[in-house]
Amino acid sequence: MCKNQSGVLWLALAAIVAVFMFQPAATMAGEPFTFGLLLVGPHNDHGWSQAHFDAAKYVEKKLPGTKMIYIDKVNPADRPGVTIPQLVDDMVEKGAKLIIANSDDMKDGTREAAKMHPDVHFLHISGDDVLTGKAPKNMSNLMGRMEYGKMMAGFVAAMTTQTGKIGYLGPLINEETRRLSASCYLGARYAWEKVLHKKPEDLKFKVTWIGFWFNIPGVTADPTQVAQSFYDTGYDVVISGIDTTEAIVVAQQKKQAGKSVWAVPYDYVGACEGGGDTCLGVPYFNWAPGYISMIKASMNGTWTSKWEWLGPDWADINNADTSSIGFAPGAALSAAARKALDQFIADLGSGHVQLFKGPLNYQDGSVFLKDGEKATDQQIWYLKQLLQGMDGQSSAK
Amino acid sequence: MTIPGSHLSIWGRFRQMTVSLIAVFMFTTLVLYLAGAPPWPAYYHITRGALGSWIKFSHVIKAWIPLMLCSCGLLYTFRIGLWNIGVEGQVMIGAVLATAVLRTGVDDSAPMVSFFLAFPAAILGGSAWAIIAGWLKTRGEVHEIFAGLGMNFVAQGVILWLIFGPWKRPGVASMSGTALFPDYLWLSYVPGFRLSPVGLVMAIMALVATALMLRYTRIGLNLKAIGANARAAVLFGLRPGRYMLLAMAFGGGFAGLAGAVQVTGVYHRLIPAISSNYGYLALLVVMLANYNIWLVPPVALFFAGLNVGSIQLPIVLQVDSSLAGVIQGALVLTVLAVHGFREWRKIHRRRSTENMAAKEAPADV
Repeated sequence: MCKNQSGVLWLALAAIVAVFMFQPAATMAGEPFTFGLLLVGPHNDHGWSQAHFDAAKYVEKKLPGTKMIYIDKVNPADRPGVTIPQLVDDMVEKGAKLIIANSDDMKDGTREAAKMHPDVHFLHISGDDVLTGKAPKNMSNLMGRMEYGKMMAGFVAAMTTQTGKIGYLGPLINEETRRLSASCYLGARYAWEKVLHKKPEDLKFKVTWIGFWFNIPGVTADPTQVAQSFYDTGYDVVISGIDTTEAIVVAQQKKQAGKSVWAVPYDYVGACEGGGDTCLGVPYFNWAPGYISMIKASMNGTWTSKWEWLGPDWADINNADTSSIGFAPGAALSAAARKALDQFIADLGSGHVQLFKGPLNYQDGSVFLKDGEKATDQQIWYLKQLLQGMDGQSSAK
Repeated sequence: MTIPGSHLSIWGRFRQMTVSLIAVFMFTTLVLYLAGAPPWPAYYHITRGALGSWIKFSHVIKAWIPLMLCSCGLLYTFRIGLWNIGVEGQVMIGAVLATAVLRTGVDDSAPMVSFFLAFPAAILGGSAWAIIAGWLKTRGEVHEIFAGLGMNFVAQGVILWLIFGPWKRPGVASMSGTALFPDYLWLSYVPGFRLSPVGLVMAIMALVATALMLRYTRIGLNLKAIGANARAAVLFGLRPGRYMLLAMAFGGGFAGLAGAVQVTGVYHRLIPAISSNYGYLALLVVMLANYNIWLVPPVALFFAGLNVGSIQLPIVLQVDSSLAGVIQGALVLTVLAVHGFREWRKIHRRRSTENMAAKEAPADV
């Protein structure tokens, strides 16, 4: 008796499967070039993911005949059980010819999916599979030279701090986050010693890592609490290294409570919005130039697997069409600091100031760069430790 | 706890399940309306997203496998009247032990040995984790819901500690997970079809084994006897504490196996969210199936399909992507509400029949 009825149930299910499966796929002539975007966070996070989302929208506008499909919050905490290959399968079925995966966290899944779909092009952001030789031919890597943006962030932080204590709200620890926090420190140190002519030992730069790119309750440290504890212990400028906006939000609260504090958010050109008079400015990614060149290559059939690390357009670092890295000064930046920043940017652009240049030591005192030695791209990309003078963990305990 | 609905025929159970599903459907439609999403296209895309192609369907099956394993395990514990909420943690510990064994197979001359050992290790791990909760219940008088929940938190803590500590990727401290296993330690799957036949066979074997076990063996019978009336069972010489531990061991074993499948077949590494909430979802599956083993597979398939298909909401309809989570939450609430209503009506009916009997009694004299 019971088996009969579950048999009926199964039969009904099989019928539904059949109905949905044998629908003809919707293909039309003259269809647009579809590209898929996998975002690790919400598409409106005012941070890392929104920078990608807005760039993809910009691509749709700039390259007629392209169409974006996207899904956000692609991470196992927000979407339990959902995997990258599964999402890629779906996007490819919807006609995507190129897939952009925007997180370091998607490295393994993207490579797996790329191997499953040799006819589709993959762009893994921030990864190094092409460098390490693990990437299949249909996969490329793209990253912005945010080191420059972070140097500017550190620069304005040091120009502004009254206590000489700068906090860095770090995500997880890896090569990328080490080199970015180190860049901040180098920018801050330059401002402190070369512009303000203050004593090196009076500058404190501390990194606290939360364990992931954004807050996952119960899994990571809470970035709101980390930012609060920075401000409560005399760190009056907090530089954000995470995907989301906690630093600026907490700064605003502290400011309203009467404290003199500032913050430097990250990633997204509009991240200062709502930060009022606490925002010193934001180093941001402009993914559009990189996206456009990769998508054009895919459309024209000139795609090659490559590793791209695109920098600012020094003629105008805020040019939406040419500069992959920018810095948008915030309302709290003083006129004097802003003037010094402009000079600093000009010096970086001309090569007059080079911060990844010896003598530089690692955090444990061992030599990173000898006197006068300039770091190669690979030395910076794969930065092994934080630098001497920085407080905080270089790797997991 | 007696098994709710156990007095009903299969047809009655089917009807109750249908009532639950309709309630879920109505509630979900309301939520979709409130969220500004067109309900019909939403249902269409969810269904199409789950069943629209063989590849999609194979992703559904991939979610169905761990869900089935957990559900099968839960049938043992529900049969004896235990709320094994700790199934989530048992999946995690299974995944941890599978990972521990697989790690010895990386760069080893005989990786297959550790690959095959990973599964029994996971089963033992899940069992042991469940037995701790069971032991707290039988010896410590700690209710199994609290013991289970507590053990879930501990298991999550263990995973985070391992990922951030001893099993971290070189030079990295990230909650992303451990390093990816080389593909010779993956559950192989058929090219072009995203699911592992081995995993599928495991799920089906778990189903058949559980059905036979519960129906035809002395253990199954005793579990049922104790679940129905523990005091009476004692009079028949059964020891409820021992059988509770046994049921927990079975439940935990299946959950642990699900953890091993998640590691070897889905993520190929250990991640903090390795259990994918399948443990909690399985509780709902079994409750919605009204503790009937033959209804578990289709209900699990429904839930797996919803899980996979609801991804279409953000992709196609640009509905705020958290809505999929709201639908799942709505499912939980509705199932519980229907369940509660049923219990209430049962009691209510019993009372009214008693009242009626009391009124009619004098007339008989």
